[in-house]
Formats: sequence, C-alpha cells, structure tokens
Amino acid sequence: MSIIEVLFFALSAFAIGSAIMVLVSKNPIHSVLWLILVFFAISGHYILLNAQFLAIVNIIVYAGAIMVLFLFVIMLINVKKDSEPQKQFLVKLLGVVAGGSFLTLLVALVKQTAQIQGRTLLMKDGVIGLIHPLGKALFNEYVVPFEISSVLFLSAMVGAVIIGKK
Amino acid sequence: MPIQYYIYLCLALFSIGVIGVLTRRNAIVVFMCIELMLNAVNLLLVAFSKMFHGYALAQNATSTTGIDAQIFVFFIMVVAAAEVSVGLAIIVMMYRNTHSVDINFLNRLKN
Repeated sequence: MSIIEVLFFALSAFAIGSAIMVLVSKNPIHSVLWLILVFFAISGHYILLNAQFLAIVNIIVYAGAIMVLFLFVIMLINVKKDSEPQKQFLVKLLGVVAGGSFLTLLVALVKQTAQIQGRTLLMKDGVIGLIHPLGKALFNEYVVPFEISSVLFLSAMVGAVIIGKK
Repeated sequence: MPIQYYIYLCLALFSIGVIGVLTRRNAIVVFMCIELMLNAVNLLLVAFSKMFHGYALAQNATSTTGIDAQIFVFFIMVVAAAEVSVGLAIIVMMYRNTHSVDINFLNRLKN
C-alpha cells in the first residue's frame, strides 16, 4: 500500500466521520466546527490530487469566510439548543432509509457503468492544478464568466442588505 | 488510484448531505448540509479532471485537458459564496418574524 493510498483512506475516513458528526451534533455551533473539519479533509484531497489552487481557495473561502458567516448568524440569533422534539423518530428513520437507498442506487449504477471500469487517476503529476495554468485559462477563455461573477456578487450583496434591512 | 474510490467517497458525502436535509429541522443545519453536497460535487469534478488530464497527457505532453473542470469548481465556489450570503440573510429575516429557525414553521407562505 503506497503512501498516497494511506493518505487517501485516512482523509476519506476523516471526511466521512466528520460529515456524520455534522448530522448528529445537537448544538449547531458544533455542527459548524465539524463541517470546517470536513472542508479541511476535502482540501487535503485537493492537495493529494495536486490541485493546489483549489485547496487554498477552499480553505480561504469555505473554512475562512462562509463558515465564519454561519457562526456569526448562529451567535446573532442565539439558538442555544435544537428545540427539536424527540417524537420525530419516524421522520429520522425515513430520512436515513431514503438517503441510504439513494446511495445504494448510485453505487449500483457506478458498479455497472462500463466507461469508468479500470480508469485511473493521475495523482501527483500534471500541472493543471497550479496557479499559472489556471490563471491563464481564467483570464483568457473564461474572462467573461469571471466578470459576470463579479456582477453576481454585487447583486448578492445588494440583495442581502435589502433582505436584512427591514 | 482507481476513479471508483473517489466516486464512492463523493457519493457517501453527498448522501450524508441528503440525509441531513431530510432529517434535520434546524434551517441553518439544513443549509450546511447543502454546502456539504456542493463540496462533494466539487471533489468529484476535480477527480474527473485529473482522470482526463492523465489520459490526455499520455498523448500530448503539453496538454491542458481537464483545466475547465477546475475553473468550474472555482465558479461553483463563487456562486456558493453569493448563495450563502443571501440565504443567511433570509434565515435571519425568518428568525425575526417567527423567533425560530425551525423549518416546520415555514409550511405556509402567507403571514
């Protein structure tokens, strides 16, 4: 077992365990902290795939900005505990059954798809995840979507202010 | 590394997100589960990008096939950031109106 496989399985177990903890935590603040750990594990996967730019952006944008926004809102509206009543066991069971069947369906689908059988990933080679090729592609072929996304940010900012103002 | 490993990992993360959306009633936790699903899809996009890049690199040593998927992931992150700001504003407004973030109070649009 090579070092890459060891790292892959360790990071995967870490990501899935933290994701399950997001669901089972009663306190929303704990959920946010577990979700930050999931994002760190996913950033580790990006580094494993040599997508270094996305790894850093994932940490800065998700763990650094979005999750802090979640924490702000949770502390602002002061939900101490989930006031979920205990008698909704059936709903939880049905949700887990539905999600589990969804997972089973997709796994069965992947198992019998012919196009991906025996395909392998390039792990640490290749330069497409580095800043230089990504920047060249972003500012040559994708410059119009890039500018449109700035308009999207402006409209989201105006929308958030207008919704939150009244 | 076979591509199936990454597909199974991403399917597991996505299904955990689906289960969270279906079972939790706190609107903020539901929103976080949506973020989890977005991240699972991002990871799968990067994995497929590396898969196609590997096969293109065998033909042509200077190929940049697969860079589009990583740009896509970047734009998905941009859209997710915009979506979170608006969504959290809506949750704060909902808390002001109903003094709760329980999504079961949102079963009617009037009042």
